[in-house]
Amino acid sequence: MSAPARRPVAVVSFAQARNVRREASRNEVELLMPVVSEVFAAIGASKDDMGFICSGSTDYLVGGPFSFVTALDAVGVWPPRAESHVEMDGAFALYEAWVLMQEGAIDAALVYSFGRSSPGDVTEILALQLDPYVTAPLWPSPVALAALQAQALIDAGEATEEELAEVAARNRSAARANPNAQVVSDASPEELLADEYVVAPLRRHALPPITDGAAAIVLAAGEKAREWRERPAWITGIDHRIETHALGCRDLTRSPSTALAAERAGLFEGPPVDLAEVHAPFAHQELIVRRALELGDAVTVNPSGGALAANPVMSAGLIRIGEAAARIWAAESERAVAHATSGPCLQQNLVCVLDASDGAVVGGGA
Amino acid sequence: MSDGDVLVANHVLDYPYARSVGPVLGAFFTALSEGRIVGVEGSDGAVIVPPTEYDPLTGEDVGELRDVGPGGVVTAWSWQVAPGRKHHLDHPFAWALVRLDGATTAMLHVVDAGDPGAMATGMRVTARFRPPAERRGHVLDLEAFVPEPDGGGR
Repeated sequence: MSAPARRPVAVVSFAQARNVRREASRNEVELLMPVVSEVFAAIGASKDDMGFICSGSTDYLVGGPFSFVTALDAVGVWPPRAESHVEMDGAFALYEAWVLMQEGAIDAALVYSFGRSSPGDVTEILALQLDPYVTAPLWPSPVALAALQAQALIDAGEATEEELAEVAARNRSAARANPNAQVVSDASPEELLADEYVVAPLRRHALPPITDGAAAIVLAAGEKAREWRERPAWITGIDHRIETHALGCRDLTRSPSTALAAERAGLFEGPPVDLAEVHAPFAHQELIVRRALELGDAVTVNPSGGALAANPVMSAGLIRIGEAAARIWAAESERAVAHATSGPCLQQNLVCVLDASDGAVVGGGA
Repeated sequence: MSDGDVLVANHVLDYPYARSVGPVLGAFFTALSEGRIVGVEGSDGAVIVPPTEYDPLTGEDVGELRDVGPGGVVTAWSWQVAPGRKHHLDHPFAWALVRLDGATTAMLHVVDAGDPGAMATGMRVTARFRPPAERRGHVLDLEAFVPEPDGGGR
């Protein structure tokens, strides 16, 4: 595959709020402010260094239009700054910033995301992202739709309820090492299988927690990246793809959009990754994404605990990129893949390949 | 500030306009109000249900409307143990993807099966419509699918 050379852009700083079930006293701006301060302080940068600001959030959680404009107060945008917003996870905002940085005019960008799921009923809110005429009036929750997907996987002989419990147990056990995790547990898969069904075949442990949270990342290009981070996490490829919103037209046991995004991000070229942070809110979805990313047994998956340990809506995908990058900075990984998802049953997927060497920044992507 | 001190304000977001659903979904909803289900011809002879204005997989134009159902096959299902406040059934039910007879794709709806033991992938179900006087050209004119007698449920 021939593609134009990429401008080396790296993840150089990452911060997140401690993920909690209910952030009762602070509003979105107050939740974000310390995260933005931390993401700058970690590298000695300031907002004045940022050529672009891009955020990911959803007004549906706040219950008011243009709430993302208010959130800019967490950064402070005077004098005026170039800014954009996506009504999506912050990982997709990061993609927009990365694309802009490819033009070469700016050397650094701030990406942030936030969401408080606790004030409303997030399962009802997320039903509103569905087709408004034939699907949303049924009010299927994300859990109900994910359960359909899990049952399809079980019927296809590609998962068992025991395997779902194993995924949940491993993620929540790994989360013990993550000070920002919300749900940690050393419960064995056998113990987890005593959980009640929420929507069968999904038991409580196979569901993500409801989380309030926020996250921020600084992207930097070329020498700027080396100035701020001794061992930057270079983005060697990033791509996102979407599947039809007609659920009955999809093979729910597969994630072709993840596989295509991975291919276009160059995941299958070059040396294999040693680490993956995948955004799989439901336990069975980790099995589907692992297959689509062709992750072997040697790959460390979700050392952070993933979305099963904390699922701040609109930030959980961006956090996967930050967690993977942090392990490259720490020389715990040479090459890593981060994945973010959006929509019901893994409808839309983003794949970001990170490498300790900017020499790996080649054609990946299109 | 403790939780008890949090200020609360009601905020109603309202869109006070009506919108046409267009020629394809319009035909689908009209058919439902008459106790029928229609799909639309997509690429390669596929019949898409619910009908769309373009083939969701290829993006190509769709063809003629086609009658499908009222029976069909469950291709995936899950069991809502406790209905939520927004659900139109007040007792536990199945979510299901149902591939109607004559259709190529499946549609999401509910199966009023009474018990999860009555559900199985591959089972046959049939549409249960609301009484004619209660229909309003809405997806819930099709109230639920129900298992066909001896339709392969467990």
